[in-house]
Amino acid sequence: MARIALEHVDKVYANGFVAARDLSLEAADGELLVLVGPSGSGKSTVLRLMAGLEQVTGGTIRIGERDVTDLPPQKRDIAMVFQNYALYPHMTVRENLGFGLSIRKQPVALINERVRMVASSLGLDAMLDRKPAQLSGGQRQRVALGRAIVREPLAFLFDEPLSNLDAQLRVETRVELSRLHQKLGATMVYVTHDQSEALTLGDRIAVLRDGVLQQVASPMELYSRPANRFVAGFIGSPAMNFIEGTLSAETTGSESGGRFTFKGGDLVLDVRCDSPASSSVVLGVRPQHLEVVGDADGMLRAEVTLVEPMGNEQIVYVSLSGGERLVAVAPPEPPMKQGERVAIRAKRDAVHLFDAKNGVRLSCGGVQPSRD
Amino acid sequence: MTLRPQRWAFGAALALLVLFTLFPFYWAMVASFTPDAALFREPSLWPRTIILDHYRALFVERDFLTPIRNSLVVAGTTTVFCLVVGTLAAYALARLDFKGKPAIMAFILAVTMFPQISIVSPLYLLLRSLRLIDTYPGLIMPYMTFAMPLTVWILTGSIRQIPRDLEEAAHVDGASRRQSFTKILLPLAVPSIATTGILTFIYCWNEFLFALSFTLGPERQTVPVAIALFRGQYQVPWGQILAAAVVATAPVAVMVLGFQRRIVQGLTAGAVKG
Repeated sequence: MARIALEHVDKVYANGFVAARDLSLEAADGELLVLVGPSGSGKSTVLRLMAGLEQVTGGTIRIGERDVTDLPPQKRDIAMVFQNYALYPHMTVRENLGFGLSIRKQPVALINERVRMVASSLGLDAMLDRKPAQLSGGQRQRVALGRAIVREPLAFLFDEPLSNLDAQLRVETRVELSRLHQKLGATMVYVTHDQSEALTLGDRIAVLRDGVLQQVASPMELYSRPANRFVAGFIGSPAMNFIEGTLSAETTGSESGGRFTFKGGDLVLDVRCDSPASSSVVLGVRPQHLEVVGDADGMLRAEVTLVEPMGNEQIVYVSLSGGERLVAVAPPEPPMKQGERVAIRAKRDAVHLFDAKNGVRLSCGGVQPSRD
Repeated sequence: MTLRPQRWAFGAALALLVLFTLFPFYWAMVASFTPDAALFREPSLWPRTIILDHYRALFVERDFLTPIRNSLVVAGTTTVFCLVVGTLAAYALARLDFKGKPAIMAFILAVTMFPQISIVSPLYLLLRSLRLIDTYPGLIMPYMTFAMPLTVWILTGSIRQIPRDLEEAAHVDGASRRQSFTKILLPLAVPSIATTGILTFIYCWNEFLFALSFTLGPERQTVPVAIALFRGQYQVPWGQILAAAVVATAPVAVMVLGFQRRIVQGLTAGAVKG
């Protein structure tokens, strides 16, 4: 097992498209690092750079301590699971699993032994002599996984391996992958566009946008302290609410760290910040941190425009009198109705402030509702 | 089971098409077993008297085996060369990045646009100065220039349809470029290689103009030329010509039927999701 490190990696295609810009990123030995981002963010390209299927245009890639920047994929000793599985259709499951070993001229006895072990651990014993076409989607997925495990490589790369599975199978396989990671203790890099997959699987998560690394952090850190507005909006479901507004210093502020007042539409909030860089800011609050309450003690009057019952909760879309739209996650009882007049309250200490221009998180703490 | 009117119409149209396609062959078969005299006096859709005279004449009097052998050698060699070179070229065109690829593809296609008749004379002079007139290479090389573009185009298209992921997976699994070509891509390309091979073979088997121009005597004449030269000054031996046609069709028919399973089989099924 070995770490994988990218050092100041650039990848610019001939047509000028930038897939990675000065990217430095490390998956530590035994870590499961998730690369997440919207489509076109360069996450798959980064994985292909690690695999050697694409060449960097600048920077260094290391696996272990070895510089593999100029090595072809077959000399990097890593395994990759492709989004569409990429099973060899003319080979049986047995041949698919053993391909990597037989191409490395391993003894037949060893190949058979390893294939047997991996097949039984993945529940593929009964289908070793079938061709991929005769397997279900989930079985193909396991063969693709097994083909990677059999070789005992230095590290594993996963390119959206669950995206072709149906919802239930996806959750099951996700759990299986987590167990596999614990069992093997292997370095894994996992690419997905699904933020919930990223949060549940990753030891750490790297968020990419347009080839630029936005933030690398643990799932909890990413969720509670997003480094910028993009990360804040991308991580978490439903997406974070944003309200544009201005920040003005409060004349009476005498405590350490200035007190400021945020004004955006109907919303007025007291905020404590270490000297914010700009006065025009964006306030972010997660739907989970908005309470839909009775009229009396609310801060914001709103009208319910849509309700999505989820069983254990309901997602409530409201519009404020100023026209802003917010999303809140409310407990299932009492059921909300479209057109209902409600009030909205943000939970204490649960709002984020970002610079309106560059989206960077402002170090503001101790935010409190103005009317408490 | 009752069939709806559309199904009837479809079946009838299909039957008509089959009849239209197969009748000439059927008629040639019948005629090749009918005495010449009967053929002209009282033509019949059903064979009344079956004789083997035409076939006997073909192989005893005329030595039709030599043209068959010539055709097999020329068409077979051309096909093998075309497939080997064509597959490699198609792999490069489908998978590798290099400058001027569209230009090369266009150029390859342009070669087939020349009317054959327009290059017969220059080719003849060229082959004569190379002392290749009336030899196998003298036919194989011109055939290759005409069959190769087709081979390259068809194979390039079909290799492009094989998911690139498969070769990439093989690379990550430890295969070199050569190994990923021989162990992954080639087996998957077999159906289209077989199809292209058949097309090339048929083209060479039926080719007439070059074969007539670049051979001098019966030792190197191919089947179409030999059949064309059956015709005497005063009479056309229709029975023998049609018998020869039936004999000439046999190898091609056998080959197509033999490869049919491979061609129809979609080998890439199950490679990727879907």
